[in-house]
Amino acid sequence: MSDNREFFYRRLHSLLGVIPVGIFLTQHLIVNNFARYGAESFNRAAAFMENLPFRYFLEVFVIFLPLLFHAIYGVYIAFTAKNNVSRFGFFRNWMFYLQRITGIITLIFVVWHTWETRIATAINGTEVNFALMQGILDNPFMLTFYIVGVVSAVFHFANGLWSFAVSWGITVTPRSQVVFTYITLFVFVALSYISVSTLLTFATTQG
Amino acid sequence: MSEGKTVTLIIKRQDGPDSTPYTEEFKIPYRENMNVISALMEIRRNPVNAKGENTTPVQWEMGCLEEVCGACSMNINGKPRQACTALIDQLEQPIRLEPMSTFPVVRDLAVDRTRMFDSLKRVKAWIPIDGTYDLGPGPRMAESKRQWAYELSKCMTCGVCLEACPNVNSNSNFIGPAPLSQVRLFNAHPTGAFHKKERMETIMGDGGLANCGNSQNCVQSCPKGIPLTTSIAALNREATAQSFKNFFGSDYNV
Ligand code: HEM
Ligand code: SF4
Ligand code: FES
Repeated sequence: MSDNREFFYRRLHSLLGVIPVGIFLTQHLIVNNFARYGAESFNRAAAFMENLPFRYFLEVFVIFLPLLFHAIYGVYIAFTAKNNVSRFGFFRNWMFYLQRITGIITLIFVVWHTWETRIATAINGTEVNFALMQGILDNPFMLTFYIVGVVSAVFHFANGLWSFAVSWGITVTPRSQVVFTYITLFVFVALSYISVSTLLTFATTQG
Repeated sequence: MSEGKTVTLIIKRQDGPDSTPYTEEFKIPYRENMNVISALMEIRRNPVNAKGENTTPVQWEMGCLEEVCGACSMNINGKPRQACTALIDQLEQPIRLEPMSTFPVVRDLAVDRTRMFDSLKRVKAWIPIDGTYDLGPGPRMAESKRQWAYELSKCMTCGVCLEACPNVNSNSNFIGPAPLSQVRLFNAHPTGAFHKKERMETIMGDGGLANCGNSQNCVQSCPKGIPLTTSIAALNREATAQSFKNFFGSDYNV
């Protein structure tokens, strides 16, 4: 990363994590929660999302490319750090470390999840619906994998919001940073609840 | 008196910049109110290791002996800090001494902190007062601001914050927290502000401000209690404004 592009890339990485990827993540988790109102509700919501105008354009420019850049540059950033939580066990240092670990877990999960529910289904012409997710999450191993993956992504996003606020100079004082820690903690708990309850609905519905 | 009581030190040693490190254990007689420096002086006076073998005296650096010069920084029981204010009575034994790993070792515990001084030059950490004619007195600074700036000016370039930072390492060219905070200090000075844009441009370049990943170890570790992470966040805000000015254009950008 020569020619003084690093500042630009870093800020782009930070921005893309929230807009659009973080917003997409939040939207995705909330819409999926329709599963709790029953298979029909979920299928209607999924069909609505699938039939959005400009679908491919939106998928490529709002999800795929921003996420691809954030993920590739994120892996580079993650591997430039020499984590030292054993020597410096401070709260923020743990968050720094977890931000990197959850980034890697999220990457593995997202690649698998995209393959399974978007690419493979498109190739095979399988319908993406309640029954598909039910089939996947019926397996306790896959359910665990999904819970770990989704909670990692949510943690990464929530803690990422905190560091986004510092990276852009929004929260400058220690006090504002502490208050924002509580706010992002709330985001983490709320999105975790929304997403895990969805997963458990799929896993526990008989059929 | 505490007859027969000893202090055990395990020291990571290295004969020269390119030699292989090794550890050596020392047992020295205890005296009251010892600090790590006086323990090292005891080894220098009588360079015999715990096995009773004659050895070379351990090399270290020191200056002020009152935690203002930063020269004696080293890892003491794993934590980077100043040897002159590390009291033996407050340390768990055996006391492990290692050179800070972020800097090249000169010999034993002495490291070369040149990169920090180079960084200060790169960010123009000074007030420009020289001219070809008498520039007259500079603008006055409010007392409240002077007191605020004084806290930032306490930095002694000791290197502890760089040692604590997970993003300052051999894979990265991150300049580290200390010089960044100095940019905030000198930008805030009415005359220092003459170089503000150049300083911002430097830290918005490669290896600069953007490399901070907010582990916040620096602010927890700085012996001078410098609000490093507040400085970094404040500079982030300034850099956001600067990048907008650079891109969209601004008459306040000259
Ligand atoms: C669900 C998808 C993802 C979302 C919503 C997301 C969101 C975010 C956000 C908001 C930030 C904070 C930016 C900042 O510090 O200014 C961030 C940082 C980060 N992300 Fe992601 N991210 C995602 C996926 C990934 C992936 C797949 C990786 C790959 C390992 C990754 C690696 C990182 C790293 C290393 C940081 C820390 C950057 C730093 O502190 O300097 N992220 N992410
Ligand atoms: S900011 Fe603090 S820890 Fe860093 S070099 Fe200065 S005095 Fe040392
Ligand atoms: S000798 Fe100056 S700080 Fe220790």
